[in-house]
Amino acid sequence: MSKKKHVTLNVNGKTEEFLAEPRELLIYTLRERLNITGPHIGCETSHCGACTVTINGKSVKSCTMFAVQAEGAEITTIEGIGGPDNLHPLQEAFKEHHGLQCGYCTPGMITRATKLLEEIPNPTEAEIRFGMAGNLCRCTGYQNIVKSIQAAAAQMSAAKEAAE
Amino acid sequence: MIPAAFEYYRPKDMAGVLSILEEHGDDARVMAGGHSLIPMMKLRMADVPHLIDLQDVGGMSEIEIDADAIKIGALVTQSDIIDNAALADVAPILREAALQISDPQVRYMGTLGGNVANGDPGNDMPGLMQCLDASFTVVGQDGERVIPARDFYEAAYVTAREDGEVLTAVTIPRPKGGHAYEKQKRKIGDYATAAASVQIVNDGGKCVSAAIAMTNLSDTPVFSKTAGDALVGTSVDDAALKIAVAAMLGDIDPTEDNRGPVAFKNHVAGVILRRAIARAWSRA
Ligand SMILES: Cc1cc2nc3c(=O)[nH]c(=O)nc-3n(C[C@H](O)[C@H](O)[C@H](O)COP(=O)(O)OP(=O)(O)OC[C@H]3O[C@@H](n4cnc5c(N)ncnc54)[C@H](O)[C@@H]3O)c2cc1C
Repeated sequence: MSKKKHVTLNVNGKTEEFLAEPRELLIYTLRERLNITGPHIGCETSHCGACTVTINGKSVKSCTMFAVQAEGAEITTIEGIGGPDNLHPLQEAFKEHHGLQCGYCTPGMITRATKLLEEIPNPTEAEIRFGMAGNLCRCTGYQNIVKSIQAAAAQMSAAKEAAE
Repeated sequence: MIPAAFEYYRPKDMAGVLSILEEHGDDARVMAGGHSLIPMMKLRMADVPHLIDLQDVGGMSEIEIDADAIKIGALVTQSDIIDNAALADVAPILREAALQISDPQVRYMGTLGGNVANGDPGNDMPGLMQCLDASFTVVGQDGERVIPARDFYEAAYVTAREDGEVLTAVTIPRPKGGHAYEKQKRKIGDYATAAASVQIVNDGGKCVSAAIAMTNLSDTPVFSKTAGDALVGTSVDDAALKIAVAAMLGDIDPTEDNRGPVAFKNHVAGVILRRAIARAWSRA
């Protein structure tokens, strides 16, 4: 056993402090230590994107980062994006446009999509496919994921315009 | 998959990094983005009892562009390269190549320094750096030295960098002429089956200089001087292309693996290089 490290994270606006072995991967911290089970473990080899969270403004596969590396970071998971009573427009759109079937990839998919829409508020289909390339889905064939993200983008842009 | 236990260090400066490297020798390794190293640690292909995280070490995250050269800090990520408009203006091939590496999540984390220091023949930046005649600055207990990219790669995962040295920056002469980074992969996010970097200069319809490097077709990146030279003095017509491709095929040494047999790789290498030269020439 190696020396445990003191880690402080801000997850979905809440400060979390704990002692962790350096080899603890962030996905396990979230799921097993903090009981934040939205981010899923799919491949656990940095390919599938089911574990995607936002760390200091970047989409990151949390199976490929140690908790100690994230010391001091601000982390957002699907739980911090919206819940049953206040669905985010992306969550609403995935529901309306059948952007999921089994739902396993959905938390990572939507978490990544929030960041994509920050960077490109009205993406083309090609931009969506390229920007979502780090998230795999084995149910939808991606067609309805693209539709969902386009619908959310339109809704979010309209809401923004209305507010201005 | 959880890696074997290790001690974790997060020094605030290079002196701190170098003293931990000195103390633990072979047992210590630096980590930048961790997107090559952590997967290898999980697979037990890398054994790292002492892991030194570089993220708090300053002075390695800048991109500086001056009249003759571009200096990119080792911790600059692939997404930093993509997002930097001034860099895309002076060296568009960097952005073109970075966009073909893996996926957005990996590009936010993967650094240029990690990509070129790693020594994996599948990495895209080493061949590109050889094409551009870049050089790598490394620092160790005995001070700094500069190693040309074309002399850096010795075998898979074996480079001219000593264990006690850290790569701090990549310096690239400002590229001239037309460029192309062409990559064949099995699926998005994959390493290359074959990739080619080409930078070529056109003077009145004649090629006056051409640099060509190939990726993942040997146990190191391959800078093919003979292929580049075959284009110089020509109008980059079909005859010249044929000679250049033949020269390149003489310099690579692909092996059979899950990306295909040797004959297929040679075929793909030829197709990719032809496309790269044609695209670079059309932009020259
Ligand atoms: C799913 C997936 C797909 C990928 N596809 C591609 C691809 O198509 N093309 C491609 O090029 N790459 C690909 N990569 C690799 C990715 O680009 C890596 O991030 C990159 O190769 C290494 O950068 P890093 O900062 O993550 O390095 P790390 O993983 O931190 O380090 C890699 C190695 O370099 C050493 N090192 C790192 N920084 C330094 C330094 N400053 N000085 C000395 N040594 C150093 C480390 O000790 C380690 O041995 C892929 C990765 C994943 C997970």
